[in-house]
Amino acid sequence: MADGARADTRTTPPPPLLRVTGIVKRFGGFTALDGIDLTVRAGEIVGLIGPNGSGKTTLINVVSGLLSANAGEISLDGRSLTGLPAHRRSAAGIGRTFQIPKPFASLSVRQNLEVAARDGVDIDAVLADVELDRHAARPVSDLNSVSQKLLDLARALVTRPTLLLVDELACGLNPVELARVAERLRALAAAGIGLVVVEHLMSFIDSITDRVVVMNAGREIFGGRLRDAVQDRDVVEVFLGAPEPVAA
Amino acid sequence: MRKGFVRETALVLLPLVVVLAVMPWLYNNQLLLLNIVVFLVLAQGLNLTYGFSGYLPFGYVGFFGAGAYGFALTLMHTAAPPLLAVLVGGVAALLAGLVLAPLLRLQGAYFGLASLAAAEALRHVIANQDLSEITGGPYGVRLDVPFRPVLTYGLAIGILVLVMGLVAWLRQSRFGLRLRAARDNPVSAATAGIDVVHGRLVVWLASATAAGLIGAVYAWSAPTFFPEAVFDLSFSIFAIVFTLFGGAGTLVGPVIGVVVLYGAYNVIGVSAPKYFQLVYGLLIMALVLFFPAGLASLAVRRRRDG
Repeated sequence: MADGARADTRTTPPPPLLRVTGIVKRFGGFTALDGIDLTVRAGEIVGLIGPNGSGKTTLINVVSGLLSANAGEISLDGRSLTGLPAHRRSAAGIGRTFQIPKPFASLSVRQNLEVAARDGVDIDAVLADVELDRHAARPVSDLNSVSQKLLDLARALVTRPTLLLVDELACGLNPVELARVAERLRALAAAGIGLVVVEHLMSFIDSITDRVVVMNAGREIFGGRLRDAVQDRDVVEVFLGAPEPVAA
Repeated sequence: MRKGFVRETALVLLPLVVVLAVMPWLYNNQLLLLNIVVFLVLAQGLNLTYGFSGYLPFGYVGFFGAGAYGFALTLMHTAAPPLLAVLVGGVAALLAGLVLAPLLRLQGAYFGLASLAAAEALRHVIANQDLSEITGGPYGVRLDVPFRPVLTYGLAIGILVLVMGLVAWLRQSRFGLRLRAARDNPVSAATAGIDVVHGRLVVWLASATAAGLIGAVYAWSAPTFFPEAVFDLSFSIFAIVFTLFGGAGTLVGPVIGVVVLYGAYNVIGVSAPKYFQLVYGLLIMALVLFFPAGLASLAVRRRRDG
């Protein structure tokens, strides 16, 4: 009996860190998310891809609490987050970055992290990790857009997230910066953080993700490995269009 | 945090209080001195909400009037001593702030105009003839309260110390830093774990209470008044202009605004009102063009350039 129970424990996968079920989000008559599901396990990097307007950022906004869903459930580590405001989801362990960085313009680089940092977080170490330690005392307006993106990432990290939602961080980065960011994200996953990465740069997605979810018109049209996604007829059609019918 | 708080209070608040405390011996115009402190409190009170949450309430005078009438109605209808009535004035403004808290859902000019409408609505309720038995209605109030100029002046300075102490604390504390972050970008502040609504509400209520307390002291010093006198929009406009002129979000800015602009008003505004309007207009134009963050921003610029 005891042995059987132990064997069950070995074979049962751990429950997902993030479980999103049947999320619907409407803006007036437009349905941006149409009953989408998503699960992310601790230490897993899930790529969220799809054409513009497919609902990727809307899903990130709903999960992080910036938008409220019309229907569906969201739970983190088994705890329901449905209906919680954004600051309480942050406290529960959800961190995020923004497609266009949103720094606190009147604060210094270091203060941008101080306002968000949980007790015991070594802000200087996080700043050094994103190579912004030299700019710590400077106004955030002195930073270029790439540095502001890294500051956005650092600000999410000082909240000690268990789930990190990364919205188009790679856009505008050169190959060296891309490689460094990819390495950092992999290190975060290795430390047990679950990541959802929204990205258009497929080589970047391929270098960091375990699996991808392809979205179109607010629905999942594919879930699996990226190399399989590019063979999928629906995915190809969404990105490249349907083939012209051959005249008889 | 403690070091910065001590430095700011030692450099700004302490000298100001000393000057205000000795002024009655140097300058024999008690009414003017009290008015200076009243405007200092109003400017710093407005600084609390605008400087730390970005909300500019054009109807700020509503809290001042609520405080004045809270004081007056307490004395008219109860046997409470004037000091307790001053506290009731503060509580009346606090309650008005709570009732108007949903206005914080609005942004920018919409918020400003809604707060102005709310202040006007409150004035009309108090001035309602049908409520004359309770509020005095359009005929105002005439309070039978002992004239205590030294006490009211000291009380006003005490309120100023409290409000400026709060501003100095907000400038140096993590709570204040989080408020400034939420003012800069409420969306990323929320995702960084900052309770934006709570922070805004705290400074909004503190700002309302400050105006209510000083409104009560004002009513004590001038115990016969009409609703128009304590709900006069000029109080809002002066508080806003003084704060913006000196620099919102700073401790010294509103003080500079009151000293320069209220000083100019009293030097040339009374004797030559035409020239005063001209000088005032030019000063504000120069401010908007060259120092949009207020005169106090000069010091920040010098530190950065140096």
